[in-house]
Amino acid sequence: MSEHHDNVHEHHAHEHHGDELPHADLKSYMIGFILSVILTAIPFWVVMGGVFETSSTTALVILGFAAVQIVVHMIYFLHMNFQSEGGWNMLALIFTAVMVFITLAGSLWVMYHLNVNMMPGLMEAVHGQ
Amino acid sequence: MVDTTQTQQAQGQPLQFYETEEHHPQTGTMLGFWLYLMSDCLIFASLFATYGVLGRSYAGGPTGAELFDLPLVAMNTALLLLSSITYGFAMLEMQKNRVRGTIGWLLITGLFGIGFLSLELYEFAHLIHEGAGPQTSAFLTSFFALVGTHGLHVFFGIVWLVTLCFQLRKHGLIPENKRRVACLSMFWHFLDVVWIGVFTFVYLMGVLV
Repeated sequence: MSEHHDNVHEHHAHEHHGDELPHADLKSYMIGFILSVILTAIPFWVVMGGVFETSSTTALVILGFAAVQIVVHMIYFLHMNFQSEGGWNMLALIFTAVMVFITLAGSLWVMYHLNVNMMPGLMEAVHGQ
Repeated sequence: MVDTTQTQQAQGQPLQFYETEEHHPQTGTMLGFWLYLMSDCLIFASLFATYGVLGRSYAGGPTGAELFDLPLVAMNTALLLLSSITYGFAMLEMQKNRVRGTIGWLLITGLFGIGFLSLELYEFAHLIHEGAGPQTSAFLTSFFALVGTHGLHVFFGIVWLVTLCFQLRKHGLIPENKRRVACLSMFWHFLDVVWIGVFTFVYLMGVLV
């Protein structure tokens, strides 16, 4: 009886959800690799070749390429989708992305304003008296 | 219900269970490992934030534009990208249940990893030799902390990889080993994702004046 159950259970799991391990295939790895080579080469070229005149434009462009490349790696190498582990993987990822954004943006914002509002000139004036 | 199962068993047909609930994986290892990676991601986030805040505090010392050797970084990035695709090949061999192929591609991946680490250590040694060590300025402290943490991860990834090769040689592609290879795959590709942030945020933006 229990043997029957195990067999059916395994069969069921295999048919509808595959193994617990993510499925990898050559095509998706090659697409991911080629995309990531292109997405890496362009930012290096942009910076080393001095393509843009202002550094803020360059910074925005290479940050954009990095964001796209991270998504490419997530999809083609880490096999992220909304189905794996019943969606818990994606939920954890989204939660982490929010935390990462708060950590980065929050730190930069707070520290930038601290710098601006406590300018060295102001401090010197206080110390000079 | 009892009648149908009895008749099915009598006819020698396999028993059918209709599960209406969603299927749960046998163990939550892959999900658990993913959660570990996400917590690791938060460590890197705080290190990136630290670098973002301190990355321009040179304290009269050398700047990123003076120190960073972009061709070297490009080579390092290429090594890491190549190690990603070779790890992919190891996963494909594992799916075909070929032990030798899996171990072979894993070892090639490990060699790329060692190449990456060697270049990074060369860079660190070069910087320290030039007097640009972690104690020189806040910029260099945060730089060594962030890039060094990533390097440490790669180092432990290689240790794990070598251990796994011995396990594979001894036990073959048993389910446990398959699970381990899949976990290391996530770890390795995750480090690649972090490196995208490092080469963009630290090196490429560091040389912009």
